[in-house]
Amino acid sequence: MEETLNPLLQETGIPPQEYAEIVRRMGREPNRLELYLFKVMWSEHCAYKNSRPLLKLLPKEGPAVLQGPGENAGVVEIGEGWAVAFKIESHNHPSAVEPVQGAATGVGGIIRDIMAMGARPIALLNSLRFGDPQTPRTQYLERGIVSGIAHYGNAIGIPTVGGEVYFHPDYQENPLVNAMCVGLLRSDELKRSLASLGRPVYYAGAKTGRDGIGGAAFASEELTEDNEAKRPNVQVGDPFLGKLLLEGTLEAIRQDLVEGVQDMGAAGLTSSLSEMAHKSGLGIELDLDRVPQREAGMTPLELMLSESQERMVLVPRPGKEAALEALFARYGLDCVAVGHTLPQAVFRIVAGGQTVAEVPTQALAEAPTYVREGQEDPQVQALRQRDLSGLPLPGDLHRVLPRLLASPNLCSRAPVFERYDHQVGTNTVLVPGKGDAAIVRIKGTGRAIALKVDANPRYSKLAPRLGAMHALAEATRNVSVVGARPLAYTDGLNCGNPETPEGYFELSETVHGLVEASRELGVPCVSGNVSLYNEGPSYRIPPTAMVGVVGLLDNLERRAQMGFSKAGEFIVLIGESWGELGASEYLWVMEGQEAGAPPSLDLKREATAQAAIRELIAQGWTQTAHDVAEGGLAVALAEMCFPYGLGATVELRDLGRADALLYGEAPSRILFSVSQAHLQAAVGRLEGFGLPYRILGQVGGEELTLLLPKLRLSWSVSELRRAWATPLREVLP
Amino acid sequence: MKVAVIQFPGSNCDQDAAWALKWVGLEAELIWHTATHLEGFAAVVLPGGFSYGDYLRAGALAKFSPVMAEVRRLAERGNPVIGICNGFQVLTEAGLLPGALLANTNLHFTCKEVGLRVERNDTPFTQAYRPGELLRLPIAHGEGRYYADPEVLEGLEERRQVVFRYAALTPAASADYNPNGSLNDIAGIVNARGNVLGLMPHPERAVEAALGTTDGLGVFESLKAALEVVA
Repeated sequence: MEETLNPLLQETGIPPQEYAEIVRRMGREPNRLELYLFKVMWSEHCAYKNSRPLLKLLPKEGPAVLQGPGENAGVVEIGEGWAVAFKIESHNHPSAVEPVQGAATGVGGIIRDIMAMGARPIALLNSLRFGDPQTPRTQYLERGIVSGIAHYGNAIGIPTVGGEVYFHPDYQENPLVNAMCVGLLRSDELKRSLASLGRPVYYAGAKTGRDGIGGAAFASEELTEDNEAKRPNVQVGDPFLGKLLLEGTLEAIRQDLVEGVQDMGAAGLTSSLSEMAHKSGLGIELDLDRVPQREAGMTPLELMLSESQERMVLVPRPGKEAALEALFARYGLDCVAVGHTLPQAVFRIVAGGQTVAEVPTQALAEAPTYVREGQEDPQVQALRQRDLSGLPLPGDLHRVLPRLLASPNLCSRAPVFERYDHQVGTNTVLVPGKGDAAIVRIKGTGRAIALKVDANPRYSKLAPRLGAMHALAEATRNVSVVGARPLAYTDGLNCGNPETPEGYFELSETVHGLVEASRELGVPCVSGNVSLYNEGPSYRIPPTAMVGVVGLLDNLERRAQMGFSKAGEFIVLIGESWGELGASEYLWVMEGQEAGAPPSLDLKREATAQAAIRELIAQGWTQTAHDVAEGGLAVALAEMCFPYGLGATVELRDLGRADALLYGEAPSRILFSVSQAHLQAAVGRLEGFGLPYRILGQVGGEELTLLLPKLRLSWSVSELRRAWATPLREVLP
Repeated sequence: MKVAVIQFPGSNCDQDAAWALKWVGLEAELIWHTATHLEGFAAVVLPGGFSYGDYLRAGALAKFSPVMAEVRRLAERGNPVIGICNGFQVLTEAGLLPGALLANTNLHFTCKEVGLRVERNDTPFTQAYRPGELLRLPIAHGEGRYYADPEVLEGLEERRQVVFRYAALTPAASADYNPNGSLNDIAGIVNARGNVLGLMPHPERAVEAALGTTDGLGVFESLKAALEVVA
């Protein structure tokens, strides 16, 4: 009945108990504009209402950490006075509705977060999830989203060095687009979102228009059938303006013209200004008449909710106002004072000389949080507990490998990454397709960083906690396998509706899995993003923790790639040679089943295996290493044959199911090749680490040959390569 | 021996070009597009990127930048001018090189390594190569399909203005070595006088072994040698 008393509640969708809280905090009834400020600031996207209590559990400390969560991005030191800022962010709902612009602005937004730390963006990665690859909708989304990422990243001139694409039917209606950006800065030039008292607050960049109105709130609701009606909620990106804003902002920082920098992203002016004020312990008065506007007649509400792209908030140092304005004029961009800081902690909005809204900054910034009761979806539990012991052995093991290699989740990603400029900046040492992680060198030093984003939704769906642990284990393993020491990670949490017991259970389990893996692997979380409500009446996405890991290579010359390059080298496997079929790609592709428990994970073993391969690479004993992931040993070996077309002969002596031996999955397994001269030393070190290992065979020839106790399987590398290279090319020519 | 690297709004390979020039020991200076004189510069590089966002048409707006009058003057005076990728597109739009660069036949931006054949080594940009030498260089463009009228094309071939052609690096790759559908497999041309080079591949991305190939080094070493002769 209260709803009938207040139509604004119906209009904004704010629940009555939150409305009561707003009234309590303000000491009066809010007006319409004020209520909308709360709506966007208290959205899950901005306020982490359901996730904050869980995220608090994540380890955030580490020797390299310069800035943990809470700022525009996390920052870690990499030595010689350098640091890297990085963060991952989702743009799922906009991309579902308008794939090209949704994905493009996802990239643009994360770039500005990195700039706001005072860092020059040097690398982009992305993590994409689609539904059934055979359906027109998936192909439409794939083409649009890849185009959008290419459109923005290529034009702004930041290389897209890595990423991953995964198909799973539960993403059919709700694709995921997470973009990660990494920037380089001098440790002593770190910028924060702060302003001191009495300073003018500047707006720089593109003009404000009627696009992306209320985007943050849109991102915090379930997608509905009238998605089309949500198109105006999607922002429009302009990488050309983005490039000018990037250069202008970095130049202002280099010339020490600004004391505070803040990206204007989700919830636009509302979020950027109120949060800056709150972090500074001050208030801000914003004069809307001074905001550069693209269209005439925009109302205060539209101005406050617009998510027009390519805008930044800058706070000049005293006396540098004119220099800042002149700098941006050179780039042809607006740079105007739109407000100033206040001693009292309020966010005041003025239009036409009248105060149209005034809200305590703390009330806006500190939304209520919720801890809920989760419960596992019984259907998921049943799938996980399904007995797989009766699974028939395939009659023809020979045809399995080409089929796996041609399957949607294992086939070549070249048709995707060839759309992205992965080399601009001339720092990309390991380009996509050449290694398990990208390597980006730091000019003027002998150092490099290694980057990887990863998550296996099949594992996460069937066992959310273990799946999240696998995600971090695999992403850090990929970084270790190129020779780099994982320093920290950013987590992109994508889950269903937290207001349902199943959705909350999956979110909570995912975070708890990350907490455990984080602690055991010694890798802290320094930034992240939460995208909930990826759910509709007939589906809920698998909980998907996209983990973006940054690692450090002290010596760029000591690194590894994945392709066999020297005939005669010995192939060694760290770990056991058998894998498990539960939750495997093999089970899905060959049997159409998504069932069973994902392989168990011993995090201590994982950390040791990673330390071992890093040491072998650092010693210069191996230059070729690859982790054994989806598709098992056979697929991993084939992948190592592709980059240089060089084959291998391998003997698998273990008894047991041949399919589990060839295609079963297990963590903490790494393949590497080593010359005869270094073989003894290398396996000696593995023994020193107490790790199981097998010398499997040798590199050479044009065929991949696998010798099992009673079976000899052999394929020509070029035949396998063809099967692997074609499928995605048909959708992305 | 200073080389000007022009920065248009939206250029993004400007720093990379300067880095490669310095790598071979040339002096390089970034020049904002509003500059009206280039005195003291022996050569000019128009770098890759998306000048003016490639709005309207790649290179179509950059030709109106104030600095272009000066680039034209240097070109006419015989100083070496190199346009890489977007720079090549600017040079054709400005009429300093014939022909045009159209959308790739796959209609998409494509970034990968391609094979190139050096057609002649008697230019200031290719003396370090052997004629017929095969190079591995990266491309990164959406509009790189070289096109010219039949008469123009014939004239280019007659006067041997084609400097680089896409070519198969291995017999296995023989079918699809041309990455964008360029006529006559053209990847790079010079003007009739031979002092203005435009090419779609990125030699500046291929000067260090750490980045996978050093096959682009020859372009910058050749330029350095040519400038030293002039000096």
